[in-house]
Amino acid sequence: MEELLKAEHLDFVYNEDQQDGKQVLFDVNLSVSPGEFVAVLGHNGSGKSTIAKHFNAILLPSGGTVYVKGIDTKIEEKLFEIRQNVGMVFQNPDNQLVATVVEEDVAFALENLGVPSDEIRRRVDEALKTVGMYDYREHAPHQLSGGQKQRIAIAGVIAMRPDCIVMDEPTAMLDPKGRREVLQTIQKLNRSSHTTVVLITHFMDEAVQAGRVVVVDDGKILLDAPPKEVFSKVELLKSVGLDVPQAAELAFELKQSGIPMPDGILTEEECVAALEKLLKEK
Amino acid sequence: MPVIKTEHLTHLYSVGTPFEKAAIQDVNLEISQGEFVGVIGHTGSGKSTLIQHFNGLLKPTAGKIFLDGKDIWENKSEIRAVRFHVGLVFQYPEYQLFEETVYKDISFGPKNMGLKEDEIDARVREAAALVGLKPEVLEKSPFELSGGQKRRVAIAGVIAMEPKVLILDEPTAGLDPRGRDMILGEIQQYHQEKKNTILLVSHSMEDIAKYATKVLVMNQAQVYAYDTVEAVFSRVEELRALGLGVPQITRVFYQLKQDGMNIETNVYSVKRAKQLILEKLGKGGDAQ
Repeated sequence: MEELLKAEHLDFVYNEDQQDGKQVLFDVNLSVSPGEFVAVLGHNGSGKSTIAKHFNAILLPSGGTVYVKGIDTKIEEKLFEIRQNVGMVFQNPDNQLVATVVEEDVAFALENLGVPSDEIRRRVDEALKTVGMYDYREHAPHQLSGGQKQRIAIAGVIAMRPDCIVMDEPTAMLDPKGRREVLQTIQKLNRSSHTTVVLITHFMDEAVQAGRVVVVDDGKILLDAPPKEVFSKVELLKSVGLDVPQAAELAFELKQSGIPMPDGILTEEECVAALEKLLKEK
Repeated sequence: MPVIKTEHLTHLYSVGTPFEKAAIQDVNLEISQGEFVGVIGHTGSGKSTLIQHFNGLLKPTAGKIFLDGKDIWENKSEIRAVRFHVGLVFQYPEYQLFEETVYKDISFGPKNMGLKEDEIDARVREAAALVGLKPEVLEKSPFELSGGQKRRVAIAGVIAMEPKVLILDEPTAGLDPRGRDMILGEIQQYHQEKKNTILLVSHSMEDIAKYATKVLVMNQAQVYAYDTVEAVFSRVEELRALGLGVPQITRVFYQLKQDGMNIETNVYSVKRAKQLILEKLGKGGDAQ
């Protein structure tokens, strides 16, 4: 199947036209297939957001090429099409909501596109139900929690029916409940509606839930593998300033001390099972 | 005598309207001098409203707040002094920087306190050093700095007032793990050097377990618990019901115990977990 998103030898330089230009991406090669849930992990300044912004042509490559459904993002006439295919959700929910009523906010982009009003109604209701905010459709966004606001922002994007949603640290400003709500929404979108999701984050517990984890450091791709594989590299991740789940870290530490812990421990359940086996065998 | 004490503290929003709501209700609390208190509770639990009462930013609808035994609202004209004694660092404090240089920004508070030039200078330099800002940064514009550094400048500005009580509302929100560990490490060092009282609002149970001596749990406008880290985190099921949770490693050991293993459950760090498992497996000697 054709890749939905593809970066080929992507380089990016900020302030390219000026003396103090700074290269932040170096030969990035990354493909995302339809239906995937990919987490992009890296510390602040690693270049992960810069990669994300290339996927709906907010930024254009300084070198190399980025394709969205086979369309080169440099083609200006296709910008509209690219942005309809790839929706973006950003970190700060307050910067993304524009209307004074939830359903109007979700309808905003559709109205701008001139979608017929009964179709708008249908899509807004559907989007709000998907993110679990239908009951709040007549509320004012500023009275909602961060997690709720972020789900409204997601609803606004899915009402456009994009093939793919790129989320740039959508939970960084949320409390644990809000993070859970948003994560559940992302999972649901990916599983039930088969929306392709690229989740930029520095929370390893979120990355664990993805099908694939891409670790970015210093503008380069360091790792690109399933979560089990990525999080078994405890020392490497720590060396680039990232966390690993405590369960994975304990497994790693015990193994270092010569205890036969199985590979690929990520979750609390896996850790419990492995420890119980050890303790019972003793 | 506790450094901060509240009596029947209540704050209602939108009084007299159909939206009237208690943000905090009948809070009775005593915080001792020198404690490092982790404040947890989900959004809307009342924790932000509570801490904004401690330095007189919000006025109680009912009840009292005492700072060193003195009712802070007894004499309204003295409320300004309370703000010098109880320093509050808001969420995303880097948005509050405004001066031309880092030095001027940090000196803003001490200046307002009416301190002498040389005292201000000493405090600015000490506060900057405490949060890991190098002397050459002081002459830079705060807007040239990275997010993490801006945040350090904002924290230094409050520390420079040498408050008896320092309250930080999610000081690491939005930072990556490395930035988080650095800032919390600096706060811990400041606490150890100055022996003053710290309140740290955080959503990270791992961080609370690592740094705090006590935990204050807010829920539905009330104090749900105020106790040692051990005592609070031993209430795994209750915290879960409140939607708060405990560190992952604690959950692992709690589950082992539930499954009938003979093992302790007061485990909050990987280091401690490793030690315990090695001991259980009869390899205690290897533990570091």
